[in-house]
Amino acid sequence: MRITQGCFSFLPDLDDAQISAQVEYCLENEWAIGIEYTDDPHPRNTYWDMWGNPMFDLRDPKGVMMELDDCRKAHGDKYIRINAFDSTRGFETVRMSFIVNRPDTEPRLHMQRTDFEGRSQKYAWDVRG
Amino acid sequence: MTAETAGQAPQTVDLAAQYESSGVAEVLRELDAELIGLAPVKQRIRETAALLLVDRARRDMGLAQEAPTLHMSFTGNPGTGKTTVAQKMAGLLHRLGYLRKGHLVSVTRDDLVGQYIGHTAPKTKEVLKKAMGGVLFIDEAYYLYKPDNERDYGQEAIEILLQVMENNRDDLVVIMAGYADRMDKFFRANPGFRSRIAHHVEFPDYGDAELAEIAAQMLEAQNYRFDDGGRAALAEYIALRRAQPHFANARSIRNALDRARLRQANRLFESGGGPLDAEALSTISREDIRASRVFGGGLDVDRKDAAE
Repeated sequence: MRITQGCFSFLPDLDDAQISAQVEYCLENEWAIGIEYTDDPHPRNTYWDMWGNPMFDLRDPKGVMMELDDCRKAHGDKYIRINAFDSTRGFETVRMSFIVNRPDTEPRLHMQRTDFEGRSQKYAWDVRG
Repeated sequence: MTAETAGQAPQTVDLAAQYESSGVAEVLRELDAELIGLAPVKQRIRETAALLLVDRARRDMGLAQEAPTLHMSFTGNPGTGKTTVAQKMAGLLHRLGYLRKGHLVSVTRDDLVGQYIGHTAPKTKEVLKKAMGGVLFIDEAYYLYKPDNERDYGQEAIEILLQVMENNRDDLVVIMAGYADRMDKFFRANPGFRSRIAHHVEFPDYGDAELAEIAAQMLEAQNYRFDDGGRAALAEYIALRRAQPHFANARSIRNALDRARLRQANRLFESGGGPLDAEALSTISREDIRASRVFGGGLDVDRKDAAE
């Protein structure tokens, strides 16, 4: 099941030139780029692992692409995303985030519906391989 | 670019027009105006610019060729303008389209080499990432290699540098700078660098007249000027200072001027009589320069060294 989170996730996967162009846009806005990976794509999983430190003073997307290549070499079978952090006062948050690598076979998000008191229902999702 | 939109290669090229439109002419003119002396360096830069311009025209016409190697080494004594020229070089290569961003990242050994095992590679990579799309300027590059200590981490930084210089030729240009003799030794010990660096540029020392001209330019930039006595004293100062140790060309002159300004301020303060006009506030005169220790035989430490 295709995981859809972050920007561009309903589009076909971006190729390297397209990723590079998006990173260029982020750098133009003076956002810091961070690379993160995980094997648990559950939407509630906010704790992705960081690949190195966020990169604060780059001028050219090539630096990010080098790190991304390294990360793919080490974690090619996991999800990898690129985060762009805006440090402007008032924002101080991630302004853009998109997935740049997916495993060959993506896990499925399974929904579990449970009956509860007074005919109410509880829903839960878990990731299944 | 027009070649691509038209879908076919142009048949002829007007180099003179390209020279103007690419902004190269402007950079070279700036170089001529702002840098005094350095004739051989300017000549080399002009040659390089011509080569790159022709290369670009050839590429537009579809004459196949691979990207030229642009890594350089600047050798020369301290204060001969290596960093300044590197800055201009970054702008030049950017305008010619060989660098995407054209910024200059200036580093020394400290920025590349770590302090413990496993610290060097991330540190060097960090710097390289910052330099992507621009020029990486390594000042006093020979410090990277310390032959007397085989466990020195400099070697690791050198290996990463060599690899990136080879694989990312399109992404960044590495300029190494340092004293001529020590750079020669460095290149002999690391033949990998010599073969990857295409352009060796030597920076000659400035002549006395050139240094005087530089001094005048520096003062003008700060809205000061010499009177006749000051100019004569400075000419004498330059000749004396050159003979003393630790002479660093334009940098020595800049420091001398800074101290002269200090003395001038002090002189104005102590003379104290009456209102001063702008003329008096911005004139460096004879006694401001003559008070320098250089006229008394140099710094105390140097005199002691000489006596021993």
